[in-house]
Amino acid sequence: MNTPALTIANAFKTYPGASEPTLHDVSLDLNPGEAFVILGHTGSGKSTLLRAVAGLEELDSGSVHVAPGTRHAVVFQQAALFPWLTVRENIALGAQYKKNAGRVDAPTVNRLIERLGLQGLEDRKVNEISGGQAQRVSIGRALAIQPSLLLLDEPFSALDPATRSELQGWLRSLIEELDLTVLMVSHDISEALTVGDRIGFFRAQQGFTQFWSPAHEQVTHEEILEYYRNDGDSDRATFSGSLRDESAKDLSDKPAHSPTF
Amino acid sequence: MSLLTSEQPEEAVSATPHQVKDRRTSTVPGWMWGAAGIIFAVALWWVFTHSARGNTMLTAFAPENIPSAFAALIGRGVLLSDIGVSLWRLLAGLAIAVLVGIPLGLLIGFSQAANQFSAPLVQFLRMVSPLSWAPIAVALFGVGSSPVIFLVAMAAIWPITLNTVSGVRALDQQHLQVAQTLGATPSEVLRTVVVPSIKPYVLAGIRLALGIAWVIIVPAEMLGVSSGLGYEILNARDRLAYDEMLAVILVIGALGMVLDWAAQKVLR
Repeated sequence: MNTPALTIANAFKTYPGASEPTLHDVSLDLNPGEAFVILGHTGSGKSTLLRAVAGLEELDSGSVHVAPGTRHAVVFQQAALFPWLTVRENIALGAQYKKNAGRVDAPTVNRLIERLGLQGLEDRKVNEISGGQAQRVSIGRALAIQPSLLLLDEPFSALDPATRSELQGWLRSLIEELDLTVLMVSHDISEALTVGDRIGFFRAQQGFTQFWSPAHEQVTHEEILEYYRNDGDSDRATFSGSLRDESAKDLSDKPAHSPTF
Repeated sequence: MSLLTSEQPEEAVSATPHQVKDRRTSTVPGWMWGAAGIIFAVALWWVFTHSARGNTMLTAFAPENIPSAFAALIGRGVLLSDIGVSLWRLLAGLAIAVLVGIPLGLLIGFSQAANQFSAPLVQFLRMVSPLSWAPIAVALFGVGSSPVIFLVAMAAIWPITLNTVSGVRALDQQHLQVAQTLGATPSEVLRTVVVPSIKPYVLAGIRLALGIAWVIIVPAEMLGVSSGLGYEILNARDRLAYDEMLAVILVIGALGMVLDWAAQKVLR
């Protein structure tokens, strides 16, 4: 079995002033080339976990370990594009940072623009494009630095249902095409089923209380919804605290890699 | 009738926007209204200065005297040099205000401790009229341009500082996080996120400061200097050349308008 692309071990986090921990002994192994979606209610701590992986949040204890040479990029809920830059300049933003020297060149950005379906919009200011296009640019900005781990924090939740549905399918095909390793946070069951190889249900203080592998199980939207309704106490709740023992055996042979464009 | 087409006449469809446009716009260009306003003001000025017959003081300010007053000022070779000196003092004071105000604003904006430490001081200092410092400025810097530049800087520094603070506080935290997650160093975050984000605030602060500084520089030049537009007003008064005094005031107003227009064009 290959080294996991990402290992979260016994993560604990309690925000100042909070009576209950947001993260309580959360552990997860994410295999190279795997798309893992964390489902959970608002405030369950799933975004805190993702932000801890991104280095934007300090854990009280526990560890986040990424495989050597792993480069991560984050896509946020809001596109957070720089309004003083054009679409192309936003995608190429990483080129301005020494850490990405030689990685974000013009041909890469051009290929990304084409792959993201943004031809013709390259020179527009970002306030001249739609919300769906803005989120594509945001994903392009993350992909431009050629990350081996892509972290997505509810990237489509601010979009209308039709655009959201379109982008979910588009993202899944992009993940497969570029063989990306993905950790995604969502509260949308359909999104999780579309994008994820594995799905984990996240509850504050209990970490992951259930998981599914949509591609290999006949798990349905209704089953997951039922699980949501029961707040994780359904009969399928056979798993608690960790996903490390069950981490996607069928996906574990994929090599560590960085996508190229 | 097709479901995809309308039987509504094209004229009716296209009439609405034109009607709206007609209500909102005037056929007279905006600049003509401005010109009419100036002509109206000059007419009022003329009526006022000719309303009191026999009052030689008032008639000295009459608009028809202004061309000869300009000719006299130019003939003495003082007008252009006074304009140059005043502009130089203005820019020097503004430059000091920018060099001090922007870093100070960044410090106060980013550091909670610096904000709390400086809040009462800043509030106190900005409430003191810059001209109140004039005797101290003359005592410290002597006569000449230095105290004037000091007073201009004292007037200009607060809008620049406070606007910089506002810019920092309006920073989109997600922009900072985007840069951070793309691997930016602190100096790269400053260059690629902070500077472009706060730029509109800082430029607005500089424009505001420019207006205030231009207002301040005239009385500042009435204190212990022998050149500049403010000095020239006093000089004209002392020579009882009231028409020249008014001509200088017109120059000050016109230059202020030009500076504001230029600032809007350049500082965008």
